[in-house]
Amino acid sequence: MKAIAIRDNSNSRNTKNKIFLGIVIFFSLLTILPIILIVGELVVKGIGQINLSFFTEAAPDTLQAMVAKANGETIPGGIANGITGSILIVVLAAVMAIPFGIITGIYLYETPGKRYSNIIRDIADILQGVPSIVLGLIVYLWVVKYITHSYSALAGSVSLAIMMLPLIIRSTEETLKMIPGTLKEAAVALGVPYHKIILRVLIPSSFSGLLTGILISISRILGETAPLMLTTLGNPRINWDITHPTSAVPLLIWQFYNDPNMVELIWSSSLFLMGFVLTLNIISKRISAKHSIH
Amino acid sequence: MNENIIEVKNPVLSIQNLSIAYDKGGKYAVKDVSVDVKRDSITAIMGPSGCGKSTLLRAINRMHELYPNIVTEGKILLNDEDVYGMSTIKLRRKIGMVFQRPNPFPTMSIFDNVIAGYKLNGIRLKKSEREEIVETSLRDVALWDEVRESLFKKGTFLSGGQQQRLCIARALAFKPDVILLDEPTSALDPVATARVEDLLVELKKNYTIVLVTHNMSQAARISDNAMFMYLGELVEYDKTKTMFTNPKDSRTEGYLTGEFG
Amino acid sequence: MNNSDKITKYFLFAGSFLILIVAGGMVYSLVGGAIPAFHKFGWHFITSTNWNPTEGRESYGAMPFIAGTMITSVLALLISIPMAFSTSLFVSEYFRKTPVASVLSTLVDLLAGIPSIVYGLWGFYTLRPVIMHLGLSPQGFGVFTSGIILAIMIIPYATSLSNEIIVMVPNELKEAAYSLGATRMEVIFNVIVPNARSGIVASYILAFGRALGETMAVTMLIGNANKVPHSLFDTGNTMASVIANQFGEADGLKLSSLIAIGLLLFVITALVNTAGKFIIKKLS
Repeated sequence: MKAIAIRDNSNSRNTKNKIFLGIVIFFSLLTILPIILIVGELVVKGIGQINLSFFTEAAPDTLQAMVAKANGETIPGGIANGITGSILIVVLAAVMAIPFGIITGIYLYETPGKRYSNIIRDIADILQGVPSIVLGLIVYLWVVKYITHSYSALAGSVSLAIMMLPLIIRSTEETLKMIPGTLKEAAVALGVPYHKIILRVLIPSSFSGLLTGILISISRILGETAPLMLTTLGNPRINWDITHPTSAVPLLIWQFYNDPNMVELIWSSSLFLMGFVLTLNIISKRISAKHSIH
Repeated sequence: MNENIIEVKNPVLSIQNLSIAYDKGGKYAVKDVSVDVKRDSITAIMGPSGCGKSTLLRAINRMHELYPNIVTEGKILLNDEDVYGMSTIKLRRKIGMVFQRPNPFPTMSIFDNVIAGYKLNGIRLKKSEREEIVETSLRDVALWDEVRESLFKKGTFLSGGQQQRLCIARALAFKPDVILLDEPTSALDPVATARVEDLLVELKKNYTIVLVTHNMSQAARISDNAMFMYLGELVEYDKTKTMFTNPKDSRTEGYLTGEFG
Repeated sequence: MNNSDKITKYFLFAGSFLILIVAGGMVYSLVGGAIPAFHKFGWHFITSTNWNPTEGRESYGAMPFIAGTMITSVLALLISIPMAFSTSLFVSEYFRKTPVASVLSTLVDLLAGIPSIVYGLWGFYTLRPVIMHLGLSPQGFGVFTSGIILAIMIIPYATSLSNEIIVMVPNELKEAAYSLGATRMEVIFNVIVPNARSGIVASYILAFGRALGETMAVTMLIGNANKVPHSLFDTGNTMASVIANQFGEADGLKLSSLIAIGLLLFVITALVNTAGKFIIKKLS
């Protein structure tokens, strides 16, 4: 074999290698810049507005806000109607989605190879990707038009429950898959009835995994605005009737944003919402991290 | 230890007082090793697992530096040039390496696997050059007749032994001065192992081969010189025949008679 | 199997019906609600760029919104790829298993937790003035501004899967390349990327699917003009944002047209997500 003249390109390649590392670090830092800026901006602008009445009073109307502003006073009121509305809607959604999600997840775990299970799994995957605004549209057609005949907390809950359902199904199945099969076999060998195996073995031994899935799905739906605009509309007062229009924290932010007199209130309510969602997120990650060590 | 070191004239590799630790201040994986490696021969490095033989091998082409906190003391000369003063790009072109498990690139064809070194190093070759390198390298590892019809298929469908010979061809394509092999037959069946061993004996006519093995009979069969390492130290370095028939150190004797390892 | 076990099995089976009913009902309602619009405009509904709600001269076409959705989402994907790819390399290759990598990946995960409306506010009050200041667009609204925000929003979706895939590239392949003299960058582009390619592509497809359906942030930033954007800095509307914007005043043909847009959005996102999941399934 003839010797092939090889040009020494090591200098330029080593330089390129270093430049590339620089680029990677630069873009990685650029990626986390927004989260730092966003959190920083909300904290700086929002923290001063948070006080006791923020949690106990309903949102002001635009006139109250305008008068307060004209007199140089702080805008009165809080976001209690939003907080109570969010609690009502999310709890209702969770009550609807969690049992069915867990039941379906257990079913998928118990019948892994079946064609029907594969179809259910594919549907759950597709449903997970459906834009939330489309869910709002559909639930408007179902609940607002035919069941409550008005915008309602129930309608909002149904749309959020549809968001939660596939998340719970998949997280339940994935969690159950991680349980050692011997655990179940031991129970079966002892002649324990099937429903008791589920209630006494499967669910308790996968509890932290299920909880993580539930918390993550709740943190996903808590910040949702778009479907609620089409289903619960909003309410200036605290409302606990699920057939009536109801406010929610993200809806209030949207309302404040669109009202020049109240626009200053967006920062505190956004800070509150984001803080809540991120805390839930972090708690669920902690639980799942602990879980995976064992 | 120095009394164990055999005289080598005009060595290809000269390892001088080499010590390596995986952490600063940590335990030495290789302790003060000095060795000259004979040209156009097979040198085996033996020892029980954890004795530092792989670390020593990897220090020769500086692959051990992939561990971030590694500490290296001493020097290694390749044809009188300090490898720690060279760029790794240049060094690794002169020293090829073959690993425990066959690792052809699964995304490349057999043809591209052979010239992968050129591709990775950004060296452009003419079509005729490429074809010549591929054919010569595959002939050198006795794989040409088996794969000439399927050069543009992925290398991963080959048998384990064929894959390992393909990896040797990949290392040969650069015409390196030295080939390092890290237990190259530990993942192969006896028949494939025998073929690789025959191949290595054939290759030593033109290449200097350094072979890590914990298969003693393999070292006995094919190596000219042998090192025995224990707990990071080079216990004994001698002609293979001498070491197997008349070990000077009791630890070597213990290892060769199967007391540990 | 005794009776009580059978009852349990049927109970689980029956529980799994709900998601079928929901999915079936969704398709039924979307198609049913969209029929009047398609009946009136035919396939022209998809291709027409005219959106005119004036009574008597009502005419609805979805093209401006399909175009707006595609342009903003593709732009978002293009902007997010260098960031997502760099982050993946940072976390799964260069600084793998180090504390800085876990800090970075935690922060990137947090991006997924920020509500869409908060992104919208940040885009409106922080990003928009920058765009105006740079003279890119007079009001700072439009496709470009939305694209940047969407890019930030989808980064965690683009990285989570590709991080896992990059970590899984066998070490022995990387070592083979290093032993042939490759630099780390060459190992990345010649070994890691080719071996992790389908997983990386799948995660970017899924991230793209996220961008398609994002509503609030885009609604607040795109300028809500019912026309096909002429340039990157022009205003427009997406399928999701037009539904959010125009739904409040809608009934009759307009409502049906919005539902038809919802149906189209549903179909597009389902196709994109299925493509992504299909690649992932082939991987495992």
